Amino acid sequence: MRQDSKMPAEAREFATAGPSPAGAPGAAVSIRGLRHAYGELRTVDGLDIEAAAHEVLGLVGPSGCGKSTLLELVSGLLEPAGGAIEVGGAEEARGRLARCAYMPQRDLLLPWFSAIDNAALALRNGGAGRSEARREARALFERFGLAGFEGARAAELSGGMRQRVAFLRTLLSGKPVLALDEPFASLDAITRAEMQEWLAGALSADPRTVLLVTHDVEEALYLSDRVVVLSPRPARIVRELRAPAPRAPDRDASVTSPEFVTAREHAMRALRGGPK
Amino acid sequence: MTFRWGWWAVRRWGLPLALLAALVGAWQVAATTGAIADALRLEDFLVPAPSEIASSLWENRSLLAENAWVTLKEVLLGFACALVAGLSFAVALHLSETLRRAAYPLLVASQTIPIIVIAPILVVWFGYGIGPKLGIVALICFFPITVNTLDGLRSVDPDAIKMMRTLDASRGQVLWRVEAPTALPFAFSGAKIAVAVAVIGAVFGEWAGSDSGLGHLMLQDNAQLETARMFAAVLVLSAMAIALFGLLALAERRIVDWR
Repeated sequence: MRQDSKMPAEAREFATAGPSPAGAPGAAVSIRGLRHAYGELRTVDGLDIEAAAHEVLGLVGPSGCGKSTLLELVSGLLEPAGGAIEVGGAEEARGRLARCAYMPQRDLLLPWFSAIDNAALALRNGGAGRSEARREARALFERFGLAGFEGARAAELSGGMRQRVAFLRTLLSGKPVLALDEPFASLDAITRAEMQEWLAGALSADPRTVLLVTHDVEEALYLSDRVVVLSPRPARIVRELRAPAPRAPDRDASVTSPEFVTAREHAMRALRGGPK
Repeated sequence: MTFRWGWWAVRRWGLPLALLAALVGAWQVAATTGAIADALRLEDFLVPAPSEIASSLWENRSLLAENAWVTLKEVLLGFACALVAGLSFAVALHLSETLRRAAYPLLVASQTIPIIVIAPILVVWFGYGIGPKLGIVALICFFPITVNTLDGLRSVDPDAIKMMRTLDASRGQVLWRVEAPTALPFAFSGAKIAVAVAVIGAVFGEWAGSDSGLGHLMLQDNAQLETARMFAAVLVLSAMAIALFGLLALAERRIVDWR
């Protein structure tokens, strides 16, 4: 229905075309002087954040610092009280909504649809027929280790699989910017590590601009190119860190390397307001 | 496998069937010994025993079936009208806050109008045909279907709607892919309540004025003191309601297969 003129066909095509970073859609995100409040409660007050096209930007902060609000603002689900947000050149909410796919914390798989129909939801909303949408989604199911589970209902999938389907659903929207809100918070530690590796692989195969909100410093440093540490409400940037080896193939080696451990210490201290 | 199922059926239905058998047995004894009639100072033939009702059921099977068919048509058509109107109205109330604020209190207030009073007026307006019965059945069924469906539509997870918006869903797509499936079990609950009371509505309608149907037959039997046949008609009527309820429950299990 709501076809955005600035979202050309190649954006959608990309989702099916497989790994082709050259033709990947990329959109920079720019947040300037952002202010937002719920009534009297100021959640964001004068925040500036830039993310380059295809950059994975980790946003780490204490609970309730307005990270989720920030993602909803960027995705165009909310309008800010003040300041400007630009996503791939679009400033108004409609344009941001057309360029961002927001993945909420819970997987929100619809229980009446099979896994593949859940993943293909954005394609169906975009007007694709059922079989066409399923065909496109099936290719990703095979690539991302979900082959054989196309017909499963959400209740029949493990937590990790549900999260994968939810991520494919986000990916298949073909949008250049992904706003991921604590995508693995509900998983146990082992599954979470597996899922981080899986997401790293998925993003290498299919690069997008990603805003990754998490309260897990290790997750942010492993998956992101750059990590921004936010203060408690109203959110300000306390510290910015470069990740030592973003999305390294061997996760366990990467997260235990000395550089990683140092970066993690810096992030933790910044997060807890200790000495810099 | 069959043994297991048999055991399950005994555990599920054993107690209610035993209670039913005990009640019917007690009634049989009390009626045949004339205990009830004596206590009520009545003639014996006014208090039929279950065995007499059963034989009346058999002897009058074609008469009962003919009239049951008339009532069934009234119930089904009236229920179908209420289903279409109730679902549409629920969606309209859901989509328009103004309409909901305006119409919802009236909808609730309309339930205080006794149908039994409306029935004769409808007969005056629409005659002795099937029309007034349809109207009454539909009026009775409309409320539970509408209210339950509306509750279902409003119980949707707001995060799921955000998720759909970020996946470029139109209002219609949100309604069809998220809100309608969420509301479906609620709509079924409403429909099950509706179908159970629909038969009562049909009987009211027939009492107000008709020349056939189980309600009409009951009225005649009452006047002619054909008590056994009257009870038989009641039995057929309950069987009809139970069957319709069961069919809906079955359809719900088949359609709402994700719960």
